Parts: sequence; structure tokens; C-alpha cells
Amino acid sequence: MSLKEFQNRYVGSQNYKVIQIEEYPKTPWEKFKRVVKRTFKLELFVGLKIVFNEMVKFNIHTVQYPKEKIPIGPRYRAVHRLLRLLESGNERCIGCGLCEKICISNCIRIDTKIDENGRKIPTEYTINFGRCIFCGYCAEVCPELAIVHGPDYENASDQRAQFAKKEDMLTPIDKLKEQKEFQGFGSPTPEADKLIKKTPLAY
Amino acid sequence: MSGAYVIETILKILIVLGLFSALAGFATYVERKVLAFMQRRLGPMHVGPYGILQVVADGIKLFTKEDFIPQGAVKPIFKIAPVITAATAFMAMAAIPMFPEFTINGYTVKPIISDINVGLLYVVGVMAIGMYGPLLAGMASGNKWSLLGAARTVVQLLSFEVVTGLSILAPVMLVGSLSLIDINNYQSGGVSHWLIWTQPVAFILFLISGYAETNRTPFDILEHEAEIVSGYATEYSGMRWGMFFIGEYANMFTISFLASIIFLGGFNDLWFIPGAIAILIKVFFFIFLFLWTRAAWPHVRPDQLMWLCWKVLMPIAVINVVITGIVLMI
Repeated sequence: MSLKEFQNRYVGSQNYKVIQIEEYPKTPWEKFKRVVKRTFKLELFVGLKIVFNEMVKFNIHTVQYPKEKIPIGPRYRAVHRLLRLLESGNERCIGCGLCEKICISNCIRIDTKIDENGRKIPTEYTINFGRCIFCGYCAEVCPELAIVHGPDYENASDQRAQFAKKEDMLTPIDKLKEQKEFQGFGSPTPEADKLIKKTPLAY
Repeated sequence: MSGAYVIETILKILIVLGLFSALAGFATYVERKVLAFMQRRLGPMHVGPYGILQVVADGIKLFTKEDFIPQGAVKPIFKIAPVITAATAFMAMAAIPMFPEFTINGYTVKPIISDINVGLLYVVGVMAIGMYGPLLAGMASGNKWSLLGAARTVVQLLSFEVVTGLSILAPVMLVGSLSLIDINNYQSGGVSHWLIWTQPVAFILFLISGYAETNRTPFDILEHEAEIVSGYATEYSGMRWGMFFIGEYANMFTISFLASIIFLGGFNDLWFIPGAIAILIKVFFFIFLFLWTRAAWPHVRPDQLMWLCWKVLMPIAVINVVITGIVLMI
């Protein structure tokens, strides 16, 4: 169907296919006729043919999960990351406490101090992942793009607190070059253009 | 009864028992793979190359699982029910000629444990006794799902036993013998002598009732997960449940062998293919058919099952027998 046909919104003029539904048989003779017709039309073998074709085509959709993973979108909200400034390597967090304030499940806790340069830095930054609902408000409110959501969704462990240590969330200083900038909320996936399809609706 | 005969028979029994237990395990792997491919999946992949050792893993799991007997169960019957299923499934194989005769070092081996002159009757009869396994299991479990499963088993197997008997009656009338070797030799003239050409209706009826008797998919109402948790096997675990499983797969092989021997020329040479290979091809085609239908077709309702058996298949089978008789008289 071309796009023009989809854009036609006048009901009744579209080229729709009406599905024929047979009358339900009422008399025993009609029931008998239906049974005979269904038997000799070999309807059952249509199903056999379809599954056999699928087997021969061998068009497998399985993702063998631990070996291969589907890429996740940049909007995905998994375990948090604390980022560093790219040039100096300092922590981005300025200890403003907005994330602590906005957190609706009260799971973020910050302790701050003024360091020798007169900058306010966090001494403690903990997220209680037993309480966190991964709403993403903390990342959204952060003025410095310091607390963001990472892509690590495999958070199974003995204790949820294991994800929450500051040194685990903070980008290691030696891996500073691998730190990816957070695209922000509402950012499209890298192949978003390819995924766009026209909505097949009449309006 | 010579000593050589006794040793030969015991050897045959051990081979049949070992081979078909292993084949039953392997059939579960093949079933999972075929079903997966038909549903665009990969099936078991992690244990061994292409998941081929999954059978071993399943076996270890079944053997090491806790052997659990519920408090409300009738213990002796609960314990013996799976044995009945597995034992009758293997007993039925005693009268089935698996391969043509062959000679090792001048000693002729008949690949049949006991060549009795009513072989077909024996096989069908012993498979019918296998019904006691699910029946006793369901009634002894002290579980409503099990009881429902047992009731369905009896209803289904008793009904389809009639169709099986009537459907193989017509070929037996043509051959004039109940021995499976005689039935096989009757069709030794090549593809055109196969009984499927003279008895196509009986073949279809036998296949349908074979599916019902092995509880395979279009008719597996007696352990239908969505309706009655696992039917008669709900309370079973570990190797007791495994014995039900082995029994079911052994029955599949028995039905496949019967259908191949009675209707598809058995182990006679097929064109250039030697008889032993020919019957293996036929049997594995039937096994594949069991899996194929499982991937394609939905279950039938119990009342539809009864309708199919008593109002459709049974009259057709009777008419088939009558027409065969009239043709034989003329």
C-alpha cells in the first residue's frame, strides 16, 4: 500500500479486505457438512506446512543472552554513575544537594566539605538501591551532569548496597578517556533515523 | 530350551532396554530442538556443543532430585505406578521385530525377543495395560489434578483402544495372521505391496489412535498444563516422574514401529536401501511426525476427543472392517 492510501481518511472508500466469517451451523446436517468439508479440505495440513517451512528457513530470533546482548537506548535508567570533568579529572559533583532534595524515595545521602582550593566536594555519596526506584530525577536535576544513569542493567548480587559505593559509581581516574558523555533525557538512540516508520493509520 | 537361546534372549532384552532408554532420552533432546526450530528458537544450546549433553544434565537432575511422596498419597501404589508405565512400555517391545534377521559368525540372530504367533495382539494388549500406570498414579496421589488426569486417561485410552483394535483388524484380515513377522513378510514384494495402499483408512485411524494412546499433542488432554497442572504426574518428582517420561517415549517408538511394520512394509528392502535402514527411516519419520504435529496443532477438548472417537473414528473403522470383509469374500 502506498502512503497516499493510508492518508485517505474517508471511511468506506479505503481498499480494505473484509474477512468472511461463515454462518455457525444450526442443524445437525449443517454441522455434518462442515465436518466433512473441513476434513477433506485438509485444513490441518496447512499448519504442518507453515511450521515445516519455518524450520527449513531457519530464521532464528534467539538472542543468546550472556554471549550476545541487545544494545540498550541511551534513555535507559540503570545503576547510577558519577562522572568526572574531562580535562582536569576532578569530580563534577559540586555538592549542591539538589539530587538529595529531589529524590522521591529518599535514598540519596551526601556529606560535603570545603576542600583546600575552596571548592565544595562530596565526601560521601551513597544511594540506597534497596529504596531507589530509578525514576531519574536526580540525573535530571543535576546542574553539572555529574550524577547520570549508566547502562549496567545486570544488577544481581548478594547485596544491593554493592552498587551504591561512591568509588564504584565514580569514573576511575585512569579510565577518564573512556568516559562517555551523558546524552541527556529524551535523547534518541544512535540508529533512531533507521528505526522510524510511518504510522500506518488513516489519520 | 538351550543355554544359547537363554543367553541370546537375555542379551536381546538388555539391548532393547538400554537402547530404548537411551533413545527416549535422546528423543527428548531431538524434540526440544525440532520444536524450537519450528518456533524460530534455538532450543538447548549451553550444555555441550549445540546442547547435546542436555540429556545427560537432565538425567543427573532426575537421579539426584529428592524422591518426594506426598503425605496424603497411598504409598505402595504411588511408588509402583511409574514402574507399571515404564515396564509395560518395554514389555510391549518384546514381540516387535525391530530388524531383519542377520548372521554373526554363522549364528542367525532374530532381532525379536519373543516371536509369538499373536504378536500384534500382545503388543496392543500390553500397551493397554500401561493405562494402569497413570490411573493408579492419579488415584494414589491424593491430589485433585492428579485424579482428574487419571479420569481423563482412562476415558481417552479406553475409547481409543477400540479404534486401534478395529483399525488393525482390517490389515490382519488381509494378512490372515497376528504375527508381526507374517505381516511384514506379506508386504515383501516392494512398495506396491504395502498395506497402506489397500488399507489407507485403517492407516489414518491407527495413526490417530496411536497419538491418543501415547498421549501426544492433539490428544494430550491427560497432562494438559493449562487445565490440570500436570495431570496424573503432578505429585511426582525425580526418577519416578522420569519413568513416566521414559514410558511415554518408549510407547512412541512402539507405535512408530507398529505403524511402519503393519502399513509401510516393515523391514523389507526398499529399492536399494537395505531393510534395517529402511525401517529406521520409517520409524524416525513417524517420530518426527509426532514432534511436527506437536509444534503445529493445538489440543482438542475432552468432549471433542470423545466425539471424534465414538461418533467419527469408530463408525469409520467398523465400516472399513465390513468393506474389507466383503471384498475378501468376493
